[in-house]
Amino acid sequence: MTETAPAANQAGNPATPITSAERAALNRQLAQMLKGGVIMDVTTPEQARIAEAAGAAAVMALERIPADIRAAGGVSRMSDPAMIKGIQAAVSIPIMAKCRIGHFAEAQILQAIDIDYIDESEVLSPADDTYHIDKTVFAVPFVCGARDLGEALRRIAEGATMIRTKGEPGTGDVVQAVRHMRRMNAEIRRIQNLRDDELFEAAKELQVPVELLREVHEAGKLPVVNFAAGGIATPADAALMMQLGAEGVFVGSGIFKSGDPARRAEAIVKATTNFNDPEMLAALSEDLGEAMVGINEQEIQIIMEERGQ
Amino acid sequence: MSPTIAVLALQGAFIEHEQRLQSLGCTTIELRQAADLARPFDGLVLPGGESTVQAKLLHDLGMFEPLRQRIAEGLPALGTCAGLILLADHFRTLPVTVRRNAYGRQLGSFHAEGRWEDEAVPLTFIRAPRIEATGPGVEPLVTLNDAPVAVRHRNQIAAAFHPELDDDNRLYEALLAPLKRAY
Repeated sequence: MTETAPAANQAGNPATPITSAERAALNRQLAQMLKGGVIMDVTTPEQARIAEAAGAAAVMALERIPADIRAAGGVSRMSDPAMIKGIQAAVSIPIMAKCRIGHFAEAQILQAIDIDYIDESEVLSPADDTYHIDKTVFAVPFVCGARDLGEALRRIAEGATMIRTKGEPGTGDVVQAVRHMRRMNAEIRRIQNLRDDELFEAAKELQVPVELLREVHEAGKLPVVNFAAGGIATPADAALMMQLGAEGVFVGSGIFKSGDPARRAEAIVKATTNFNDPEMLAALSEDLGEAMVGINEQEIQIIMEERGQ
Repeated sequence: MSPTIAVLALQGAFIEHEQRLQSLGCTTIELRQAADLARPFDGLVLPGGESTVQAKLLHDLGMFEPLRQRIAEGLPALGTCAGLILLADHFRTLPVTVRRNAYGRQLGSFHAEGRWEDEAVPLTFIRAPRIEATGPGVEPLVTLNDAPVAVRHRNQIAAAFHPELDDDNRLYEALLAPLKRAY
């Protein structure tokens, strides 16, 4: 695999050829622009327009939302490129799409259709039970799920330029996202408090490169943007995750599995911006119609968060 | 006394601007809802992010008209990327024509070196807009291949790139210069 020529050069921008380090910086920087925003799962151009009008900072184009993937069972794969292109044509905000864990050919296809961000996602059936994609050889950016600091830094070492909690997608149950965000931030605080000479042993325990761990030690945060994902269904869920330190949220099944998607989407967007204002959150939470039904973690058979560690 | 700069904190890379402004000796406040506009501030920064989201929230949260009025009345303002689009297409206080996502999607994002008079300026463009035409009284500040990528119009400075992501303070200094004289 070789890095493809950036589409921009055809568009006539004056940039000189871009190195992979520079590309990684640009990809981390796009994630910075998404902060404080809500990224919504959509399955049709019509849903994408509703999401954009409601204030989505980006949309995730996929054929079935996680709740339906869970209900349908079977193997779940990358979406049809024609369907993704339909969504690209419908809205002006960034478009993300999912590929299976380890499926670098699906990622190549998504890069070829000029996607803005790839989610190498445990929501789809993993294509490789040992290796994740070597994301450093791609020009297009990747976001990956993580349940703890070790998983996050392993994904970043592989080239991910944005991290999200895994949560448990398609359930409407926020408990796993909370667990993952708390665990990640507790581990970051522990690393911050280590002596410099203790980082080598910590890197060994976490199975991560010591250089990345040193960045966490010095900055007190991940070297890339960290969003919450998996099970977020209400404005209160979004505010909870933001107060726990998320830099933005993904909402998958929570919007288009609810009674009034446009209204709920708008409320979640505002709750993500004003996550510290309980009075506004109370007003936003009124009369939103049916929330998605939700499944408790004890009731589900497929545990997506276990995929790809 | 140091100047207080309000940073629009609805969505996007506002923390990066706050950190830079603080390093330059400013006090910063965040604008997240209409009540925040009651706090005194001397200047305004409109950060990068998604202009569609920011414009919608400005309207829905009752901040659009009060901010538009203050900019029109001369409040010093710096808009970057989405902030440029807000000034040109939404507030319409900046007489320039911009094209959104003019360089394409993320694969079209790039770093470059621009010119401020005769000096080099590092530039970061992320799904950036392009300034396609400028109206009367608009002065180019930074150019790339002779085309303006940052401009000034009276109290407003706007850039298609992200000064908050590079080590160069000149746009901030241009924003703060009239304020520092006042203090």
